Amino acid sequence: MGRIHLEGISKIFGSGSAEALKLIEQGQRKSDIAAACGAVVGLRDISFDIAEGEILVLMGLSGSGKSTLLRCMNRLVEPCAGRIVVDGVDVTKLGRKDLLAFRQKTFGMVFQHFALLPNRTILDNVGFGLEIKRVPARERIERSMQAIALVGLKGWEAKYPSELSGGMQQRAGLARALAADADILLMDEAFSALDPLIRRDMQAELRDLQRKLKKTIVFVSHDLDEAIALGGRIVLMKDGEVVQIGQPEEIVARPATEYVARFVEHIDLAAVLQAEQVADRSGLVLASTQTVAEARTAIGAAIGAAHAKFWLVTDRDGRLVGRIFADRLASARPGETLSSLLDLGQAVVEADTRLDAILATVAAEEAVAVAGPDGRLIGAITSRDIVRALAARPGAKEPSLAGASPLSKPSGAHRWSGTSPNFPSTRSAMTASIGSPSMAAG
Amino acid sequence: MPPWICIGLAAFAAYRVGGRKIGLLTLAGLLFLWNLRLWQATVETLVLVSLATAAALVIGVPVGIWFALSRRAWRTFSPVLDMMQTLPSFVYLIPALPFFGLGAVSACFATIVFSVPPVIRLTALGIRNVPGELVEASDAFGGSAVQKLFKVQLPLALPTIMAGVNQTMMLALSMVVIAAMIGAGGLGRAVWQSIQRLEAGAGFEAGIGIVIVAVILDRVTQALAARARPHGIA
Repeated sequence: MGRIHLEGISKIFGSGSAEALKLIEQGQRKSDIAAACGAVVGLRDISFDIAEGEILVLMGLSGSGKSTLLRCMNRLVEPCAGRIVVDGVDVTKLGRKDLLAFRQKTFGMVFQHFALLPNRTILDNVGFGLEIKRVPARERIERSMQAIALVGLKGWEAKYPSELSGGMQQRAGLARALAADADILLMDEAFSALDPLIRRDMQAELRDLQRKLKKTIVFVSHDLDEAIALGGRIVLMKDGEVVQIGQPEEIVARPATEYVARFVEHIDLAAVLQAEQVADRSGLVLASTQTVAEARTAIGAAIGAAHAKFWLVTDRDGRLVGRIFADRLASARPGETLSSLLDLGQAVVEADTRLDAILATVAAEEAVAVAGPDGRLIGAITSRDIVRALAARPGAKEPSLAGASPLSKPSGAHRWSGTSPNFPSTRSAMTASIGSPSMAAG
Repeated sequence: MPPWICIGLAAFAAYRVGGRKIGLLTLAGLLFLWNLRLWQATVETLVLVSLATAAALVIGVPVGIWFALSRRAWRTFSPVLDMMQTLPSFVYLIPALPFFGLGAVSACFATIVFSVPPVIRLTALGIRNVPGELVEASDAFGGSAVQKLFKVQLPLALPTIMAGVNQTMMLALSMVVIAAMIGAGGLGRAVWQSIQRLEAGAGFEAGIGIVIVAVILDRVTQALAARARPHGIA
């Protein structure tokens, strides 16, 4: 059971809810129920779990029920049926008083139009949640200031909301949710009212904050690009039902229904895939403690490795320390250790870097190393790996480039720069690059 | 207290609330009334108006809150408010008489009844017009109904409520003048007497006096309302 456990949540608007609930049990859909008893189905039998510390994006067009579902979690909207369990507490069974206390303790909420009180300064707005909890003024101010600093609004605390730009107001909204020290953030279209550039900044910052603070975030959005940028699992909703749940790349690569497929049509795979999923993990890696002679043996033994221009070198803990060029290795004395021959110019990206952010580097560098958060080498990306990954979209044409260049050959680096998803592909390439379970887990 | 001290204090207070222009207006207006030998009458009128307004607020704001929070109450009693506002003002004098007899008490009572609807209406309106997202924010952070009312709804409704105070005061003033017919003192009595004695000049003086008091009260309460408005919202 996850952090938030939703079980059979239904919400009926309008009269005839008892009848409508029965029809839902019989498996009727929204339109049939509306025709049968006039009730509007807001949510229809929704169940899923949200894990501790994840960003979950509730996605769907307007009217899909995503905001209603979000509000069911803290019971701003009362679900008609189903159970919501948060940290083992059945929220649906809480009495009025307990519910208020539970909201104070557990939930912070960020709103589409910021919902800052215009008559209060930013400091007092941020301290609102604490004020409701009756935290003494001194501590309240201290904690508010911390939250303000965290969202980068330091120096603005004495201003009024109307004196701030939209982006800054939403930072204040976020700070208010953070200051209350609730560990679940409910964000309702939080960035939808911001202009695109600021929005992208905020998305990136939210990801950073999330990484730092490890909050559980439920984010409602109608924008798939945003959902992808946030990087967590996506729950795609339509007509009050969940259509598909999965990582962005799963949804883009393997849409569950026609509807999802149409939804993700325009999405650029390169913007969804992460370096980790594209990286080739089978390439030869040398150890910095090896001697030149040992390295030569290893290269000779590995398939395809001998043609490479250079090889990556890691230290004892598997962390990348540099690379060694073929000509350098060839001219070195056999007894030398590799650590003295290293070239430090190797490009490295983090495991969760988006593919489109790596393209230019791969074009220039031939191979880019991928390192995990602990600095360990995960693998390397060459232009070939990228082509393979991009070609994995379902419906792509049959292969015509089977048996293309060997792994390390730099040719064709310019060919994929268009990131066209229609690039010829093989189905097997898909499983190789993004389908393996070890990668999907990341 | 000698009139000049009162006038000075009043002008200073008006200056503090509304700035130099309103301060000077108050000073000049009150000095003029003093000069017309209407000072005593002016003070009586102001006392009646203030008492009636205060009472109207004490009654009107809670009722307004109730109306704002209960749709049913609003629907039930809103026609009553309509009726209270459409009845000719001196009709209120009639029920007051048998209970309180001739004099200031009856006048005050009639004035309160006449002037309370705007406070109720505008309090309810102000609270209802608080953006839903803000109310939701209070709920989302676990605010109780009382916290929501005092931290979100009332502060944000304050400018509207202040507009109601202004309206109430103006209505109270107009009623206080009419209430002179049942024995209320003040400027109204001066007008009423001059009507009965056909003294056009004295009546005109008292009429001007009422206008001056009205303008001062209006400006000062409007300035108060403007101060209640949150930053950057016109």
